[in-house]
Amino acid sequence: MSKYRLDYLDELEAEAIYILREVAGQFEKPALLFSGGKDSITLVHLALKAFRPGKFPFPLVHIDTGHNFEETITYRDEMVARIGEKLIIGHVQDTIDEGKVIEQKGKNASRNPLQTVTLLDTIAKHKFDACIGGARRDEEKARAKERIFSVRDEFGQWDPKRQRPELWDIYNGRIHKGENVRVFPISNWTELDVWNYIRRENIPLPTIYFAHQRDCITRNGQLMAASPFLNMDADDIVEKKNVRFRTVGDMTCTAAVESYAFEIDDIINEIASSKISERGARMDDKVSEAAMEDRKKGGYF
Amino acid sequence: MDILKFITAGSVDDGKSTLIGRLLYDSEAILLDQLEALHASNRKNDDGSIDLAILTDGLKAEREQGITIDVAYKYFETDKRKFIIADAPGHIQYTRNMVTGASNAALAIILIDARKGVVEQTTRHSFLVSLLQIPQVVVAVNKMDMVDYSEDVFKQIIADFKKLAAKVNLDNVTYIPVSALKGDNIVYPSSKMSWYLGDSLLQHLENVEITIDDSSAHARLPVQWVVRPQTDALHDYRGYAGRVSSGSFKVNDKVTVLPSGFSSTISKIEVYDKQPEEALAGMSVTVHLQDNIDISRGDIIVNSAGQPQLSNVIEADLCWMDTRPLDTSLTYLVQHNTKTIRCKIQEIIYKVNINTLEKDFDEEFKLNDIGRIVIKTAEPLAFDPYQVNKANGGAIIIDSRTNVTVGALMLRQSVE
Repeated sequence: MSKYRLDYLDELEAEAIYILREVAGQFEKPALLFSGGKDSITLVHLALKAFRPGKFPFPLVHIDTGHNFEETITYRDEMVARIGEKLIIGHVQDTIDEGKVIEQKGKNASRNPLQTVTLLDTIAKHKFDACIGGARRDEEKARAKERIFSVRDEFGQWDPKRQRPELWDIYNGRIHKGENVRVFPISNWTELDVWNYIRRENIPLPTIYFAHQRDCITRNGQLMAASPFLNMDADDIVEKKNVRFRTVGDMTCTAAVESYAFEIDDIINEIASSKISERGARMDDKVSEAAMEDRKKGGYF
Repeated sequence: MDILKFITAGSVDDGKSTLIGRLLYDSEAILLDQLEALHASNRKNDDGSIDLAILTDGLKAEREQGITIDVAYKYFETDKRKFIIADAPGHIQYTRNMVTGASNAALAIILIDARKGVVEQTTRHSFLVSLLQIPQVVVAVNKMDMVDYSEDVFKQIIADFKKLAAKVNLDNVTYIPVSALKGDNIVYPSSKMSWYLGDSLLQHLENVEITIDDSSAHARLPVQWVVRPQTDALHDYRGYAGRVSSGSFKVNDKVTVLPSGFSSTISKIEVYDKQPEEALAGMSVTVHLQDNIDISRGDIIVNSAGQPQLSNVIEADLCWMDTRPLDTSLTYLVQHNTKTIRCKIQEIIYKVNINTLEKDFDEEFKLNDIGRIVIKTAEPLAFDPYQVNKANGGAIIIDSRTNVTVGALMLRQSVE
């Protein structure tokens, strides 16, 4: 017996690599859902560690709302070129054009809820049986209860009352035809863990994570990036602000925080002393106390 | 800094949710927007203070019923350590959830209501903690405020618990008198119990020593994936990827691959772009061997000098986790490490009444039942007794009709 134990970042990394390799070993057609956010960027880095010098046993899949931060798309394309892996893009615009969803109207219109349909269509089209995602249990209380291997029915629905027991580090990925599994290798990481890992590993990030000047408007007490995708009216005042983004989603639902954190060390200090949770800056979670739980039951990531 | 995963065993009535809420609240792990939601809630304690138990509620049904149904994971850290709490329900109908939460825990907090002392559910929780081999145990005697912070009450509970601990083979027990509601001895030492000289709960969690098994005798590497780039430059590259589940491997160690029994020598250990000399328990590595032998997912690489048992008829403890009872005529699947094969439960030796610890010879093995069985597998499993090496002694049973995990196995020994 020894007192030596792995440092927490080494332990979290080893666990995530183990989970990624379980996906490779247990599924026929897995995919890694890539949003361009720091969590999925971290997943890609972990996949390099899990499978190099071999190729990834899965493609990257981006569900593109069309309302992206330009910086995210630039980053995505550069990264894919750098690592030489396959990227599949599912367009929310296609889902709208096919008449499967209807664009929201009004001031708070967002394509964020529409992307669930595109995701399910993309899964069905490519017959993916496992989708790896970067969700973490510390983000939100429904996520705190979700398994690392989370079985979804053919409608993509999560049933919190019928979750499989998940013992030790044995993951049961057996499913029926049409079902799929969402896999969350960084379930046990916190926001700060992700940042500390990105710093330690020198992982490049899209520039919007760092403080920059941007035209913003204030909505429901939150700073939103002014963009053609945001339905604005006469009340909205556009102001130049020094901001950065803590999460990267659709431009219409991702709020900025005022910040002068230009370097990763500044960001880590800022988060360590922050009193607001990461998802506090997501309009989509503000709808009700059970907002996330309801969306997950409906097939959301 | 390392990570301590712990489980809390107790029910809402014992103040379990309040205890976790107090740990998070007093260690300032709660953020402003979560705090706002807490203050905005209609649920308050009788004296009007905020109900910290809300912090652990997850699902709608749990909020409605005020109970914990499923295991929830909570994260917090101090300057000394990072913590992951598996908040598992304590009622008997959720035994399987507690077993699930306990399977990964390095420490268990068993909650006892100071007014009630050691009761039936204490026996049950202690039995499960022992069955799952959680290395460290804290008995938190809660609601001390309701027994006038009496040292005598605390001492009596210790004496009673020691008898129970001896019966279920629990070692490494630490006793702490607390009031989660008032915050005594949770994060801050209590001013009301000057007779108690030990650490507060958080101090104990920060300082308790957790060891790993790094002996070469228990070196186990279940193979998850074979890395074969098959490019011109790396034509002969063949790496066996997996996470060392226990023990340690070094370059030049003689190893045996099971179940085939082929032997070779470790020529290289890789972790992405680094080549460490040693692979320790918990590390995800890629190992290269000197000889070209047939190895695939499901095989396990072990140190040749310390081999596990290899058998297809094994005595084991079983916790049943499905609403359909165990059917001994049915073929199930067993998943042990990276191997999934067919199996049957050949014999039920006995069941245990986990409230009284008495043996029960009832034939039916239902949801939440625990007992000893004999399993027969389609191929031999390379396992260690769970009591000796937890990492290579746990397995799950899967119902191939539903694909659901229906049982947890703690393997004991080969049956000749």
